[in-house]
Amino acid sequence: MKAEPAIDKGRRDLIKGASALACGMLLLAVRKADATPASMQAAIRDVFGNAEIGRGKVTLDIPSLVENGNTVPMTVSVESPMTATDYVKSIHVFNEKNPQPNVIGIHLGPRAGKASVSTRIRLADSQKVVAIAQMSDGSVWSAQVDVIVTLAACVEGL
Amino acid sequence: MTRPLINVPARAKRGQVIEIKTLISHVMEPGFRHSSIGVLLPRDIITEFVCAYDGEEIFRADLFPAISANPFVTFHTVATKSGTLTFTWTGDNGFSATEQASITVE
Repeated sequence: MKAEPAIDKGRRDLIKGASALACGMLLLAVRKADATPASMQAAIRDVFGNAEIGRGKVTLDIPSLVENGNTVPMTVSVESPMTATDYVKSIHVFNEKNPQPNVIGIHLGPRAGKASVSTRIRLADSQKVVAIAQMSDGSVWSAQVDVIVTLAACVEGL
Repeated sequence: MTRPLINVPARAKRGQVIEIKTLISHVMEPGFRHSSIGVLLPRDIITEFVCAYDGEEIFRADLFPAISANPFVTFHTVATKSGTLTFTWTGDNGFSATEQASITVE
């Protein structure tokens, strides 16, 4: 191997530095995206007002790695006896990065028997999906899932 | 327009929780996409889906543009008595579709 010219080494160091910097910025960007965007929070507050939202009782079943964002299967189920006095009143699903924060609003009653609903949704980007359920006693519960999407919905041309 | 597909068990025991599957053909144009010549395609979605069991509402869903084309919705209900389930979809541009299914409860 022949000795490297000084100018080549300098260039290589510069590239190394730049890539390290880029990696650092990427890490920062990832951490920043973890914060829930304001539009989703606003949409949640629109539906549930100032109710305290607890974690649990809700199960959001959605693949964590999605190839096609145009049809993502999703199942939301809520732990509840579904009796006349103790049942799930509503389930709302929200997302962070689609053009609109709402996904679906479901209204149930004691006659549902089982609080479990499936549908197919669109996801425009890798993001967090949140399902929130309100019980007949007024308490509010939630579950969230981070989803990675490789082909985004909405933005693709026709 | 093609008819919606409904899957309801024909028979059930009283008090049994049954699964209902529904599928309707609809473009669900979200209103954020552009055509090949760059024109914004206006929103055209189904906004509401209701299921009534013998006239009483048992399930309602508000749909948003984030629901995939040809909306597929699965939910549950308790088989209370023999009767008719009525499914209604309403949406933009005066879209409306109704379908019925009957169930025998023993």
